[in-house]
Order: sequence, then C-alpha cells, then structure tokens
Amino acid sequence: MKLSRRETLLLGAGAAVAAVLPLPTYADAVADAVAAFTGGADVADGGVTVDAPEIAENGNTVPISVSSDGAESIMVLATGNPTPAVATFTFGELAASQSGSIRIRLAQTQDVMAIAKMPDGTFQKASATVKVTIGGCGG
Amino acid sequence: MASGVKPRVKVPKKASAGEAITIKTLISHKMESGQRKDSDGNLIPRSIINHFACTFNGKSVIEVVLEPAISTNPYIEFEATVPETGTFEFTWQDDDGSTYTESKDITVG
Repeated sequence: MKLSRRETLLLGAGAAVAAVLPLPTYADAVADAVAAFTGGADVADGGVTVDAPEIAENGNTVPISVSSDGAESIMVLATGNPTPAVATFTFGELAASQSGSIRIRLAQTQDVMAIAKMPDGTFQKASATVKVTIGGCGG
Repeated sequence: MASGVKPRVKVPKKASAGEAITIKTLISHKMESGQRKDSDGNLIPRSIINHFACTFNGKSVIEVVLEPAISTNPYIEFEATVPETGTFEFTWQDDDGSTYTESKDITVG
C-alpha cells in the first residue's frame, strides 16, 4: 500500500492522539481488583503474612507464600504487573492452615500484595517488595 | 488439550488422625499468558490452567483461582488436615475446557 501525503499526515495525527490520551495506570487496575474482591469494604493493615524473596533474579518464577490465620480466602496481587491479579486461594473445611505457596511472574520491581477475607466480612492486607532483575512477562 | 500436561502430587502415605500434612502439587503446563508476542508481532493466545481444587473424601480442602501471572508449570503447596483414611482428589481446569485429575490415597493408622 502506498500512502499519500494526506494519509501519512492523518496517521501521524492519530498516533499523536493515542500517545497523549491518558492510559489507565497500574494503580487504577490494582484499585479495581481490590474493590472487586472486597466489594468496597475497608481493608485493615496486618493479619496477613507475605513471604517473598527480597530480590528475584528471574521474574518468570518468583516463589511466594501467603498465610492468614482463620481467613476464608486470600487474594494475591502483583501491583506492578500489566494485569495485577495473580491468584485467589479459598480454604475449605479440611485446610490445616490458611496458607499457600505458589510461583508467580513479576514484570518489574514491585510490591506483592495479599488481601485476606475473614469469616466476619472484614478484610486485611499486607505487602512485600520484590526487586526483579529480569522481568517475566515477555516483551 | 494442551500437549504434555502431566500432574504430579506429593502426599505422605501415612498420617495420624487429625494431623496436618503438607501437600505439594505440580502440573506441567506452558501457562501462555496471552501477553507475549511471537516473532511476527502477533499476540500468542492465552492458554493457562485457570482453576485448581483439592478435596478429601468429598470435602473441600482448598480452591485456587489462577491468573496469567502464574509461572509455567504451576506449583502449589498447602496444608491439609487428615481426619480419616481416604483419598485426596486434585482437579486442574484448563482454559480450553479440559480437566486434569489426580488422586492419592492416605492411610490413617
């Protein structure tokens, strides 16, 4: 396809608009994910443990574990990933402890956040910072 | 069905009644996130395990919802209480609709 001068100018203008338009930031996506889980309820700090390495050389497999005594479910979020949701653990009656370990992908250095839903309907959260040397979400 | 999917589970063979045991599960799966591009710049379609569940004699132990941010070959470790002799059932659900299952017996004595 050969572009005329006019078409080329139009394309350029379109690209400029696309670049200027505010893209939804990661922070918004995190807030949305939290709201979807909590239904807008307040989230208190503490009561959850997030075990994650301080430095992860390879963002493709970062071992983390979360636990929260008595929690009904725990949601894990990677606040710096293009899509923050990572995993949601829901504990049944035979779970010996409200904890789980899993390996996750991290795109960059960021906070890993865990939000626990308690049986009484309250929510608690904690986060841990992981430094990522090589991001794990492809290019 | 994605190729080469093989579930592996580690459960102790014996336990005492009411004991908390650690269960380790791993399933080989490429967990394509749907965000990567191939050499021509086309998006590679998402193909992941999106749900994992473990039950013991029909009672729920744990359920995990997995998102694309889970690493290749998803590894999940958790603890379960064993009230009696019975069978652990593990179920993984793939994006393409297939289900992979594995079961392990445990003896209380």
